[in-house]
Amino acid sequence: MAYSTKVLEHFSNPRNVGSFDKDDPMVGTGIVGAPECGDVMKLQIKVNPLTGLIEDAKFKTFGCGSAIASSSLATEWVKGKSLDAALGIRNTEIVEELALPPVKVHCSVLAEDAIKAAIKNLQDKQANAPQTVNS
Amino acid sequence: MFKLPVYMDNNSTTRTDPRVLEAMMPYFTEKFGNSASRNHAYGWETEEGVDLAREQVASIINASSKEIIFTSGATESNNLAIKGVAAMYKKKGNHIISAVTEHKAVIDTCMRLERDGCTVTFLPVDKYGIVSPQQVADAITDKTIIVSIMAANNEIGTVHPMKEIGAICKAKGVLFHTDATQAVGKIPMDVEDMGIDLLSMTAHKMYGPKGVGALYVRRKDPRVRLDAMLDGGGHERGMRSGTLNVTGIVGMGMAAEICRKELHSESERLLKLRNRLHEGINSKLEDAYLNGHPIHRLPGNLNISFAFVEGEGLMMGIKDVAVSSGSACTSASLEPSYVLKALGLGDELAHSSIRFGLGRFNTEDEVDFVINDVVRAVNHLRDMSPLYEMHRQGIDLKTVQWAAH
Repeated sequence: MAYSTKVLEHFSNPRNVGSFDKDDPMVGTGIVGAPECGDVMKLQIKVNPLTGLIEDAKFKTFGCGSAIASSSLATEWVKGKSLDAALGIRNTEIVEELALPPVKVHCSVLAEDAIKAAIKNLQDKQANAPQTVNS
Repeated sequence: MFKLPVYMDNNSTTRTDPRVLEAMMPYFTEKFGNSASRNHAYGWETEEGVDLAREQVASIINASSKEIIFTSGATESNNLAIKGVAAMYKKKGNHIISAVTEHKAVIDTCMRLERDGCTVTFLPVDKYGIVSPQQVADAITDKTIIVSIMAANNEIGTVHPMKEIGAICKAKGVLFHTDATQAVGKIPMDVEDMGIDLLSMTAHKMYGPKGVGALYVRRKDPRVRLDAMLDGGGHERGMRSGTLNVTGIVGMGMAAEICRKELHSESERLLKLRNRLHEGINSKLEDAYLNGHPIHRLPGNLNISFAFVEGEGLMMGIKDVAVSSGSACTSASLEPSYVLKALGLGDELAHSSIRFGLGRFNTEDEVDFVINDVVRAVNHLRDMSPLYEMHRQGIDLKTVQWAAH
């Protein structure tokens, strides 16, 4: 089965590979998948405290070319978005953009899950953070 | 220089040797007769070509030419051997013994027979992929009619102790079939010495054409009988009807002849190339694990799991090298290789495996190119791998709670 040009392009030049400090209060980390299933995606977002927008994103992925391309694309798409807008990204849009064949649809599902997990992690962190109390 | 991508998938198929093609050519042009035409020169000359090929094929496994049945390939040979014996000997028993790492052509054949009333024992293998003769001995019952154990495994190259298994089958009066698709022409195979009663082989794994194979069927001590699967003109001693694929058969004969003459020098050369490849990779990469037996394996086969990197992703990273992977993503099933899983390898290492299949036309320069390309790609993908990152941080991946999907 041949890969689409876009998958190959993301695979050869992946965007935003790397990691942020997961303890940074403005960083949300999502890790989805499992090694025994052949895919693990780690996607991180960094939110600007003033604007509330995702100012940067990073990923690391263990998986096939389509999984790597899906997560690379996901980091590109979340950048500059609000958390709500990022939550609106659907796996079907990733499938369409990368022209993934049916057998690779699960890679796009995983990328969508990774975005959601990263946002949830950030929100959980912020909910549990000590509040500043005005006396 | 050499042609890219480098072809290193010779356990899948091999390039037809130019000498084989040359032998075949006249049978496409002037010598086009039906080898079953007994009354004119066109038939006689093709029959002569088939007779010679039968000798050549018999000779590489130390059989007599009368014991060779030509088929369309090893899948058909495996089907014919196992189903043919099950049908012919059903009064004697209905138990079949095989192994979990067999090729699907054997496993699925056995499973169909199981649905039709046979009992099948699939023996487990050790961490190298070997079924021991003792396991075979212990599994044989008074209902057992056939033992089918492959000579060499297609994924991991592990070679079975044929002679010892053959001796047990003989002592217990059970037929011994072997799928020798990967072994014939690569390692010495001798049906007399090894006590083999039925042997499947194919031309295209030994530098012959695709679409032709053979089944060796022993004629004495014991005389093996088979129920044919195809009804028709009664070709091949009634065991395989259908006009003979003369061009393919002639090619298979020449391929066998070349392999027989060059087996020792070729296996020595391949072993050297394989060791160069293995050592080259090992000296430059950590956490690269050999799958299969370190010694009892096909000379051209090297199967390695590159931890923290997924196999299909790696194959994409080494697009100038044609290899195979045991990763789920390379098949439609989404399950990683059942052969690697049978070795007790964790699923994640099965997903990380690459099979290198060296062959007659590979060179040292190609091996060096492959080493560099693989090392570059593995390092690149490890830099991108969350598992490698965790490993570097000292996290034991086995203790992590993964959200399986």
